[in-house]
Amino acid sequence: MNLTHRILAGFLFIALAPILAGLLAGLDRIVSARMQGRIGPPLLQPFYDLFKLFQKERIAVNRSGHFFLLGYLLFTIIAGVEFFTGGDLLITIFALALASVFFVLGAFAAGSPYSHIGAERELIQIMASEPMLLMVAMGFYVATGSFQIGAIYAQPTPLIATLPGMFLGLIYILTIKLRKSPFDLSTSHHAHQEIVKGITTEFAGPYLAIIELAHWYETVLLLGLLYLFFAPWPLLAIAALIVVYFLEILADNTNARLYWQWVLRASWTFTAIVGAGNLIILHYINRGGTP
Amino acid sequence: MKLFRKSPWIIHYDGASCNGCDIEVLACLTPRYDVERLGIINTGNPKHADILLITGYINEQSQPVVRTIYEQMPDPKVVVAVGICASSGGIFRDCYNTKGGVDSTIPVDVYVPGCAARPESIIDGVVQALDILERKRAEMKARRRAKAPAPVTAPAAEVAPS
Repeated sequence: MNLTHRILAGFLFIALAPILAGLLAGLDRIVSARMQGRIGPPLLQPFYDLFKLFQKERIAVNRSGHFFLLGYLLFTIIAGVEFFTGGDLLITIFALALASVFFVLGAFAAGSPYSHIGAERELIQIMASEPMLLMVAMGFYVATGSFQIGAIYAQPTPLIATLPGMFLGLIYILTIKLRKSPFDLSTSHHAHQEIVKGITTEFAGPYLAIIELAHWYETVLLLGLLYLFFAPWPLLAIAALIVVYFLEILADNTNARLYWQWVLRASWTFTAIVGAGNLIILHYINRGGTP
Repeated sequence: MKLFRKSPWIIHYDGASCNGCDIEVLACLTPRYDVERLGIINTGNPKHADILLITGYINEQSQPVVRTIYEQMPDPKVVVAVGICASSGGIFRDCYNTKGGVDSTIPVDVYVPGCAARPESIIDGVVQALDILERKRAEMKARRRAKAPAPVTAPAAEVAPS
């Protein structure tokens, strides 16, 4: 990719990612409603919600909280642009982690106990999901010899053949990242909450809209990461993404929320087995079977 | 585009009642009535809500809570009093602990009759509230353009115990 292509890809991501993720969220709500025997909202409902939130009054509990929210949005977009312009995978993952930390700081800036509990739970979710993201980066490096997304994308054989464990682990933490049950500790899109709205409790109107927007960018970025596993076969990749997202909705509608201890234990155990196991086997194969 | 019509988020609070109306409010979310069709979401958080649904009468203990919830909601916002107790105090009107209906504490925009209010009439009340929500939004916009301060909404006079 030359420079013009990269700039174009960056702008396309900034412009199209919210549209794509918004439609996906609308579809998500319709499918969820059908699973519960309801009709559900219109497809464009997430956009109505977002634009309405931008029209609401700005209530400021604390100005620094809103500054941190802008950091959350900005670094999520930076991570996405780095990814979709074929940049460095490590920078993408670290920018995404920094964005999550900004979000947590924003929630801690308000005095509300609900907001604080939500922020603490968000930290637990970050602890549960971050090791797997790093292992995916390591896996891509061992399989392709590069952290550059351009080089990983240009592989002639699909990476799912050598990194099936990584793919499973990434699907597992996708449930955490998409805020789906049973891992929706810090906040969820459902009405059933035991801590009001968790990490988003103190953010109203336009600031809640910023959180939603950042979440949409993050969703597209993570789906892009899953796409990389099937890069040479685009049709199969899109089919796989649809199946994975459907499974996420199914899990969301058939599971109760877990204790945070269980989330941490289950995520670390599962991702250690499939992620580290995959890494070790790949290492032996690359060395020609000799330890 | 009239966005508030398409995406009204609700917070539901029970001042003090027999829970009959609460059950009917929750029935609106079930597959039979499915208010999410209209974009209505039951948020548990006043800071995310546009419509305050109150069931039951207001007493000494619930009055400060209702006031706090109302003040925490960002503009534009509307209040719907669901059921006869929320509208006027109902059969509890003459009790020693009763302040009266919801309008004894905060301004009410729509009164939904019934004991208990039927889900159909609750949905009808919310739909009527949407027009008021749009009107308040337009007023808010005009005020912002004119850089005028928001009007102070004084709580209605408290009903003196008889």
